[in-house]
Amino acid sequence: MKRLASIAFATAIALFLQGCAGWQSALDPKGPAASELAWLIWFFTGLCAVVWVLVMAALAVPLLMRSRQHAEPLALDADADSRKLRVVTVAVGLTAVILVGLTLLSFFANRTLAAIGSDAALTIRVTGHQWWWEVRYEDATPSRVLTTANEIHIPAGEPVRLLLTSTDVIHSFWVPSLSGKLDLIPGRMNVLDIKADKPGVYRGQCAEFCGAQHANMGTFIIAEPRAKFDAWWNDQLQPAAAPTGGEAKAGENLFLKRPCVMCHKIGGTPAGGTVAPDLTHLASRQTLAAGTLTMSRGNLAAWIADPQGVKPGSHMPVVDLSGDELNAIVAYLEGLK
Amino acid sequence: MRPVVALLLFASMALAACQREERDTRPQSALGSGEQPTPVTTLEPGGQRPSPTDNKAASFEANAFHLSEGKRLFGWFNCSGCHANGGGGMGPALMDEKWIYGSSMESIHATIRDGRPNGMPSFRDKIPDDQIWELAAFVRSLSGNAPSSAAPSRNDDMMVHPSENRMPDAATLGKSP
Repeated sequence: MKRLASIAFATAIALFLQGCAGWQSALDPKGPAASELAWLIWFFTGLCAVVWVLVMAALAVPLLMRSRQHAEPLALDADADSRKLRVVTVAVGLTAVILVGLTLLSFFANRTLAAIGSDAALTIRVTGHQWWWEVRYEDATPSRVLTTANEIHIPAGEPVRLLLTSTDVIHSFWVPSLSGKLDLIPGRMNVLDIKADKPGVYRGQCAEFCGAQHANMGTFIIAEPRAKFDAWWNDQLQPAAAPTGGEAKAGENLFLKRPCVMCHKIGGTPAGGTVAPDLTHLASRQTLAAGTLTMSRGNLAAWIADPQGVKPGSHMPVVDLSGDELNAIVAYLEGLK
Repeated sequence: MRPVVALLLFASMALAACQREERDTRPQSALGSGEQPTPVTTLEPGGQRPSPTDNKAASFEANAFHLSEGKRLFGWFNCSGCHANGGGGMGPALMDEKWIYGSSMESIHATIRDGRPNGMPSFRDKIPDDQIWELAAFVRSLSGNAPSSAAPSRNDDMMVHPSENRMPDAATLGKSP
């Protein structure tokens, strides 16, 4: 029976720790900044645990030990007093050394974090909006500047500089597998350097409460080999694919005639709104509405038909469309690879 | 006995603080745009017709959520391009007491939806109907025609004029109370 219980306990612990792995975990670092932070977390936790156990033991010993009865409780005992004073002095000294040591450790960790992006070749401007991320790739050639949303492609193994700002309220950019958090503040530019050691998809999340849909403000860092990243950038710079088929053509026409065009941009068409995500290559992204829904025809239709049911409070309004109109617009958007 | 009464009184007052405005993000279902003709006059042979007032106007007018959404859309849709934050430029000023087509919600809604001669474009089909009502409510707040408890109190960026909830009340403007 006892053995069974211990097996169950071990299984439960293993399952619990399993939650610390995956595409969004500070304890499963995938980049130099996150590794530094994870090491710091474990060292702090370990050292503080040791100190806690020692303090508890020091408290328990006099509680459990039977004390000698003094004949004269109030009599002065200079020897015992100086012994106790020595113990207290040593304990205070050790505490000071540990605290100063931990401070220095976090100071040097900060230096490591600051050095990551000193030779970053790629600069990406990330602007927080309620409740999505605008992503702009800077380039010296204006025609190569690229604006997209919610998914940040980066070359793996290279440092990347992120310039963080916001247009409405304070947000916070946090991709636990790659780095610590940093706020996006309106009217201010914060700099965060990240680096992914290996190709992969790492999930990020807004980490500063920013309103009704704070929880549905996710982002994805997609690290790829350099050649694949360059190809992606070149693809994204192309204007939107021309609609093929009657339904998709009708969809493009409707998109330009209906409220969609007031906020969204589709490169190569007259739609040029900049207050909502750029849809030029919408279907090439993995999710919709900042990680709220996976990209599929059904989810696209659900999102357009009733954005306030999927993400209540989001700034995408309910638009009055007939079933045929909805299908046509979805057919068009689905082709924007 | 008295402490119990005091406690009850205190509890009821504390509960009153829980009252919160509903944020109606879907004022109407997706079915039916609710569009209806707005008469440009109330004169009619054979006596006046019933007031055209849409009860929708009332539900948008004093609602802080709709007013602030209207303020956001006013910026997003570049109303300032002509109306310059309400001060007027190429288009007429919106924060004075002059109304070319009347100051009612219905009239402002019709102006935005159908346009007006000499420059005001028609936003029919380009802005969903509920969002037009939100814009109309915000336009009225620019000239002090919204309750100061509901009108927007701050900008996300530079303040170009005192916030809408500090506008002098249109009803008593220029008169001693």
